[in-house]
Amino acid sequence: MASDRIEFIRNGKVEILEGVKPTDTLLDYLRLKEANYGTKEGCNEGDCGACSVVLGREVDGEMHYRAVNSCIYFVGMLDGQELISVEDLSAKGEALHPVQAAMVKHHASQCGFCTPGFVMALFALYHGEDKPSRDGVAEQLAGNLCRCTGYRPIVDAAVEVCDDRMVDKFDERMQETAKLIANMPKQDLFIGNGKRFFAAPKSIISLAKLYQRHPEATIVAGGTDVGLWVTKRLMDLPKVIYIGNVSGLDHILEDDLCLNLGAAVTYSDAEIQIGNIDSDIADTLRRIGSKQVRASGTVGGNIANGSPIGDMPPILLALGASIILQKGNEERMLALGSFFIDYGKQNIEQGEFLKEIQIPKLKQNEYFRCYKISKRFDQDISAVMAAFQFTIIDGVIKSCRLAFGGMAATPKRAFATEHALKDMTLDEFAEGQVEEMLDQDFSPLSDMRASAEYRMLVSKNLLTKALTEISDEIDNIGVTSTRVVGNRAANWTGSSRL
Amino acid sequence: MTGSKSGGKNASGQYIIGKKYPHDSAKQHVSGRAIYIDDIREMRGCLHVAPGYGAETCGDIITMDLSAVIASKGVVCVLTAKDIPGVNDCSPVMGDDPIFAENTINFHGQVMFAVVAKTRDEARRAAKYAKIEIKPRVPMITAADGRAKDASVFPHYSFTSGKADAAIENAALNLSEDMVMGGQEHFYLEGQIAMAIPKDEGEMLVCSSTQHPSEVQHLVAKMLKINDAAVVCECRRMGGAFGGKESQAAQWAAIAALAAHVTGRPAKMRLDRDDDMMLTGKRHDFDCQWSVGFDQKGVIAGVKVNYDSRCGVSADLSLGVNDRSMFHTDNAYFYPEYDIGSHRVKTNTVSNTAFRGFGGPQGVLFAERMMQGIAIKTGRDALDVRSDNYYRDDKQTTPYGMEITDNIIADIMGQLEQSSDYRARRIAVDGFNKKNKYLKKGLALTPVKFGISFTLKHLNQAGALVHVYSDGSVQINHGGTEMGQGLYLKVAQIVAEEFGIDLAQVKITATVTDKVPNATPTAASCGSDLNGKAAQAAVVKIKGRMALLAAKMQNVDVKDVVFRDNIVVAGGREIKFADLAKLAFLERVSLSATGFYATPNITWNRDLKTGQPFLYFAYGASCSEVIIDTLTGEMKVLRVDILHDVGKSINPAIDKGQIEGGFTQGMGWLTTEELVYDDEGRLATHAPSTYKIPTAFDMPEDFRVNIYRSLGNQADVIHKSKAVGEPPVMLGISVFCAIFDAVASCKAGAIPKLNAPATPEAILKAIKSL
Repeated sequence: MASDRIEFIRNGKVEILEGVKPTDTLLDYLRLKEANYGTKEGCNEGDCGACSVVLGREVDGEMHYRAVNSCIYFVGMLDGQELISVEDLSAKGEALHPVQAAMVKHHASQCGFCTPGFVMALFALYHGEDKPSRDGVAEQLAGNLCRCTGYRPIVDAAVEVCDDRMVDKFDERMQETAKLIANMPKQDLFIGNGKRFFAAPKSIISLAKLYQRHPEATIVAGGTDVGLWVTKRLMDLPKVIYIGNVSGLDHILEDDLCLNLGAAVTYSDAEIQIGNIDSDIADTLRRIGSKQVRASGTVGGNIANGSPIGDMPPILLALGASIILQKGNEERMLALGSFFIDYGKQNIEQGEFLKEIQIPKLKQNEYFRCYKISKRFDQDISAVMAAFQFTIIDGVIKSCRLAFGGMAATPKRAFATEHALKDMTLDEFAEGQVEEMLDQDFSPLSDMRASAEYRMLVSKNLLTKALTEISDEIDNIGVTSTRVVGNRAANWTGSSRL
Repeated sequence: MTGSKSGGKNASGQYIIGKKYPHDSAKQHVSGRAIYIDDIREMRGCLHVAPGYGAETCGDIITMDLSAVIASKGVVCVLTAKDIPGVNDCSPVMGDDPIFAENTINFHGQVMFAVVAKTRDEARRAAKYAKIEIKPRVPMITAADGRAKDASVFPHYSFTSGKADAAIENAALNLSEDMVMGGQEHFYLEGQIAMAIPKDEGEMLVCSSTQHPSEVQHLVAKMLKINDAAVVCECRRMGGAFGGKESQAAQWAAIAALAAHVTGRPAKMRLDRDDDMMLTGKRHDFDCQWSVGFDQKGVIAGVKVNYDSRCGVSADLSLGVNDRSMFHTDNAYFYPEYDIGSHRVKTNTVSNTAFRGFGGPQGVLFAERMMQGIAIKTGRDALDVRSDNYYRDDKQTTPYGMEITDNIIADIMGQLEQSSDYRARRIAVDGFNKKNKYLKKGLALTPVKFGISFTLKHLNQAGALVHVYSDGSVQINHGGTEMGQGLYLKVAQIVAEEFGIDLAQVKITATVTDKVPNATPTAASCGSDLNGKAAQAAVVKIKGRMALLAAKMQNVDVKDVVFRDNIVVAGGREIKFADLAKLAFLERVSLSATGFYATPNITWNRDLKTGQPFLYFAYGASCSEVIIDTLTGEMKVLRVDILHDVGKSINPAIDKGQIEGGFTQGMGWLTTEELVYDDEGRLATHAPSTYKIPTAFDMPEDFRVNIYRSLGNQADVIHKSKAVGEPPVMLGISVFCAIFDAVASCKAGAIPKLNAPATPEAILKAIKSL
């Protein structure tokens, strides 16, 4: 029997909510139902962070905290977690939480509207594992916009308060909280009826059955995309299946050759494992969305929604990744490249869902580079996302995969250029104009992010840049400075600041 | 007031002034307990309003079928122009901004109707069901489109010495250049919002997030055809404004008030972020062309510059904005001959409006970009060219005829040149650029001179109301609004200092039109100058009465009564301030007073182009170093040094916040913040997903901000302080000039064509232009 109500922890107590609608947002729950006005709506699309709240998950008897954007987080997804909003940090009359006190001390609020969101982002940082550097703080805050301060005092407050961390009331009652969550019901969640529902199956079998029965339902993994269909396009989504609690979609398995990710694994969960494949990938991951977005958003969702401008698909295409799709009890495996058919059209049948992503790791003689080009470094959708993998032996390009986002209606490989590069030496490339072949592969569009001309030019330049870097790396002759940010920028400043 | 024992005296003998008190709402901010309009507990039956508009940009309205809107779930009524009892206008001055479009629409997003429903969600959904048929006209989208049709919102205006052409032609060297300066979205975190509550006898209370409550009051009254006296407008705080709530808050307040009037129920209107960005005005974007003549050293002989300013569909505040661009076309430089012209172009885009700096930043950007060009042409370092052109010696007359008497340009620039180690870093940057093929660095040190006062004379006035209660606590109210800039705190500090009491004894209250009437907008950086003086005047009155009482009691001269440390000293006897207040009450002495202030010496006559538009100037200097990637156009700001003049600071922590925040906003304007319109004139960048303001990572890696050691404002301004709200925006121009410098390093002697904002695309394009 499935549960028809959600349970979560707030202020150390179990809260029970019945009658949750499929797409009620957490922000509306806080502001309209609970009249907790501390959490603010800035943009209603997960891009400003003013609505940040912290969610806690129980992991081995401990609570793990992360900030999410409550404006695009559906209430049903809260089930089995701890909810902390800004009001909860210090009750009226109580001393301010150390994070709040540091913000006051450093004059880190002006108009104050973004401040609760910053406080919650810092609270998550405060409860993180390591003492953050200034860069770590900037990373944590990438999803929080402030228009008044210029950020310096906020970063100062964060660095200071995390440097000398004191036990807070959340630490004190952590075991108790974890126990309350551990004791919560483990059955599937189904709220509503056959026509309108929010469902959160807990197993692959339940998911497969439910989706076969309701193949027109909307699958939600992190909701960082679907959330906007609701808040901005005002779409009515009568049937929502949340897959974040499905056991069997949450695995991260790796060996020397391959990294396998369950479809519901979030960016945050797999950040280290994916980033370990290449430092450029680590740089890119750090810049996808924001900490809040990565805490909810999944690699699987980035693939399944078929977006032409997702950052991860080009990386996966260049690495030669495959996916596993499931329908009922049937599974099939597919090279990622054949999943993307056209704009809004993927190789997926009704009732079929993404189960796993298989990512081959780099082998000897394989060289990888990727570049995210956007107007702003942090939390910006790419104008061009380029990812390249070359197999180079004795200075000869034996094979390569060149994949691009933002250049076509889908994430797409540059087959003509790949063909032209095959068996070419690095010296021949340096002297020739092979990158001009990209004209045959792509005819990009102009939009608010970039013109078609810029997209084309920068794509060509990125290919040149990649092979210049790799050539230097192979020759081991000291590396040409080619980066203004990221791990590979280290050679000109000695800093790896991204 | 929060935590604030007065502590010791400062060098000027002051207890409260000059101290780094935290923002008065800081604890409320961090605990989520600061109340913004949307956080006010809604009264039972409160309705919600959403705007309705069409897909077209401009044309005649053929049909507007709202039957499906009215039939939609939760809808109470739909409002159109026909429901307005009074005047269908929400413009600040000219009567050309209809609240609801009638017969024609003139820009995309022009509001045609409003849905009033039981929930906000229902109102938003219903608004989509309108069936609107428009007979489209071809829109004028860019300033060039408008110029081609000779469309303008105001006549051309110029400052000219009459001999600029000849001076340029006869100069040893000259340059003719042009650039595009993009606009800017305010992106206040709290979007536009108002809540109207109907009161007795047709009176209306409007809670509005506005920099100009008196104007909201006036426009609501005019719209409802009732007296100003029947409308009260209140604003406790705004979640950011930056000029975007000076005139732009009025329309939503008016619609909310109309909904309340029609239904008899409280009504709230809060724009969704995308609507907010599409439906409200922005910083003006300019097409700018210039010619300049100069000698071998780059000393300017004459300048001729034209601005084509995209004003949008109506006048709004474009007169003052564009005048201010002209007033700042000189920035820190003496132009012997000049011809400064400004076209205020009408277009079919949302009416552009006030934005921190109010046109000044565009003028200063022109001047600094021109200097970069002259430096390349003469082969000199740009700092040397700047320095040789500063206002100096007997060359202190601006193109609008005002004499500069408080010039510290050379000093502030010289100090920053030293402390930023400019010369050594110039050598290092050149060395780096010689060694590196793909990455290039750039460096620039630029000044700011910004005129303080409203250029519209009558706006330079303020009122305040101060009450002392019989327990000795003090309540202060004035016409200025709080948008995060710390105005309330600064005025409270002024009041506490004057009374000689702890800051905690001074209670700050919301700005409301029934306490202080006829206030002018909180704008032009003058908030504390004006309201501080007005509050001080009120305190002086009450203090005088209390002193008289104390003097009478002790039989001493009133001159010998001293207020300090929460006591009043008279004839060697001390009495607690609170006790004296109680005594005053018992003795039937009034403990309440209004204060008023009008800025002196503002004599500008726009028609004659004579007189003095500003009381004084605020100055600043900033030095930026950047690195660019010549393969992608990506850019990173490496280091920024700032020295900024705030006179004698009333609160250095608040002032530093303004300097850093202003710089960042200016940097954003010129780097990542790009407004893109489609071919139909619809804004394509209408959300933070597509419009990119700086994040924490965009902060300079090395950021050194200092306040200039000032002897104090030489004009008679409150406690010798200087305005600080707007001038720091223009410190961000050093980032643009540093990017320009980096691009220019790619080819010696060539002048890049770099437009603003310098996005990666703009930078790569400029490199290609060499």
